[in-house]
Amino acid sequence: MSDRDAGPDVLRLQGLRKSYNVGKPTEVEVLHGLDLRLQRHDFAALVGASGSGKSTLLNLVGLLDTPTAGELFLLGEATRDMDDARRTALRGGAIGFVFQFHHLIQAFTALENVLMPLMVATGKPGREHIDRARALLAEVGLQGLEQRKPDQLSGGQQQRVAVARALVTRPALLLADEPTGNLDSHSAAEVFELFRKFNREFGCAVLLVTHDPRLSEQCDRTVALVDGRIASDTAKAGKTEPRPTSA
Amino acid sequence: MPMWIEWTIATRFLREGKSQSTLILVGIAVGVAVIVFLTALITGLQGNIVNRTLGTQAHIKVQPTEEANRVLAPADGSVHLVLESKRAQRLRSINNWQQVRDVLDALPRVTAVSPVISGPAFARRGEALESVALVGIDAARYQRIIPIADDIVAGRFRIGAGEAVVGSQLARDLGLRVGDKLRLDGGQGRDSVVNVAGIFELGVRELDARYVYLDMKQAQSLLDLPGAATIIDVTVDDIFAAREVAARIARLTGLKAESWMETNAQLMNALRSQSLSTRMISVFVALSVALGIASVLSVSVVQRTREIGILRAMGTTRPQMLRVFLVQGALFGLAGSLVGGVAGYGMVMAFNTFGPKLFYIPVDPWLLVAASVLATVTGIVSAAIPARRAAGLDPVEAIRHV
Repeated sequence: MSDRDAGPDVLRLQGLRKSYNVGKPTEVEVLHGLDLRLQRHDFAALVGASGSGKSTLLNLVGLLDTPTAGELFLLGEATRDMDDARRTALRGGAIGFVFQFHHLIQAFTALENVLMPLMVATGKPGREHIDRARALLAEVGLQGLEQRKPDQLSGGQQQRVAVARALVTRPALLLADEPTGNLDSHSAAEVFELFRKFNREFGCAVLLVTHDPRLSEQCDRTVALVDGRIASDTAKAGKTEPRPTSA
Repeated sequence: MPMWIEWTIATRFLREGKSQSTLILVGIAVGVAVIVFLTALITGLQGNIVNRTLGTQAHIKVQPTEEANRVLAPADGSVHLVLESKRAQRLRSINNWQQVRDVLDALPRVTAVSPVISGPAFARRGEALESVALVGIDAARYQRIIPIADDIVAGRFRIGAGEAVVGSQLARDLGLRVGDKLRLDGGQGRDSVVNVAGIFELGVRELDARYVYLDMKQAQSLLDLPGAATIIDVTVDDIFAAREVAARIARLTGLKAESWMETNAQLMNALRSQSLSTRMISVFVALSVALGIASVLSVSVVQRTREIGILRAMGTTRPQMLRVFLVQGALFGLAGSLVGGVAGYGMVMAFNTFGPKLFYIPVDPWLLVAASVLATVTGIVSAAIPARRAAGLDPVEAIRHV
């Protein structure tokens, strides 16, 4: 694709380390120096046994947590020493989250939930934002259900609202943590298809954490994490080879 | 609109937790109603007492300084042992009272000045003899201090030459009616006969039994103090400023100036204690309301931990999160105080309509405004701790929270 190399990498990890309980006798390092690059249109699965550091890595990449050492570049910006305000702004603008449990705000309708990242950033939504949110809801197949509260939707529908919410800011990076883990296989396939579609249409990079092999097989690239180290980074046949992970 | 998203999230959160919100709202409303009613009641009661007391007396009485013995200073190196008996205070005029009156007239905060000559005498009718207080006044000036004409029960308030106005109790004791003659005896052969032009009733037995109003000239001649005034009565615009104004007058004139607060020390003490206890009750009620708001919001922060985490993940900043909960506190305070203010006002109206009707409680609209403002501020302050906790939540932990 033509714009594949345009601009900086969406995500670049450089010797990323994370320890917990720093300075205490119980200090433990969970991630031991990771190097990784993710570009526009990348569609990568992050796999690994539980305890391998997947969630920790996802929190770091999502700017919800800060690395102990190394650096994390998001859209070319070094993030380790950012203050909370800038980190929050970057998170709101550049990253879309889909969690395992849909995590909608119960007090708001489906449409308002989708609009939430925009409202948080810019206040009362304008026509353009509302139209965008409606279009997204229509694309995830929820036309006509915009005014429902989350508890009036099925689990699959709620997760689709969450997908629409993650995409409403047109993020450069979509992070999904076991997004289908809580869904029946039919809904799971649907949600996965949505990721595919948006990856194709908007070019947003997708990093999908899963331990479901059926899901990771469908991704273009699989990054395997073993004991806090990247054990393998393989591209599916027919796709471009992943770049060398060293910076 | 600034803070639109904070308001939106806050109101949605409140609406979603309807039963919780309603309960705490009722709690706040009851607290505010109690404070409003109590404050109005005590203010009304005190106003009533003060009016009744000060309706029949001046706020400040200016009198000549007391006479004291002058003792010569001891010569150097010697010690004097002085056995001194206090001097009797004879009735004396205020020196240059006309000038003093004019000075007082020009003082700020002073609303009325009335020179009075007052002294003891006997009132005689036939065989009956009563001791009375002669009060010689300048009718126009005196009326501005004690509107005696409003309390006339028979005849008219008229104190021309040869005329007097007496109290109702004295009239009963001496069997006087309007138009009757009355002999006033100032002692040492000074006496005169006056016509009773009017009878007043102030509702204070002591005054109704003893006061005889004359014009200044008659009183001066009966008391043998030609051209004199023994007291200058003064009223001020704010009765609780009387003490300060009295002190000022004393400094200015060198005379003795006593405010009603000193002459009615007991009353003042009672008023003070009342105000203090009202304030104490209000503070404790407000404190429990504040703790109620704080605890409800603290529970809410725990309940919404995960939603807070999601909102943070979606780009909500810490200050935004803080404000979401401060707004909730403010809304609790405002809504609760509006409901409570109306309820408190209703209680006052009910008291005025169905109560013992001993006195009327006026409600100052500013009391309601002040209660609302105060409750809103209390709401914000009590939301501070839970709001800080919400803002300080680690998003990672918060999202995992079940």
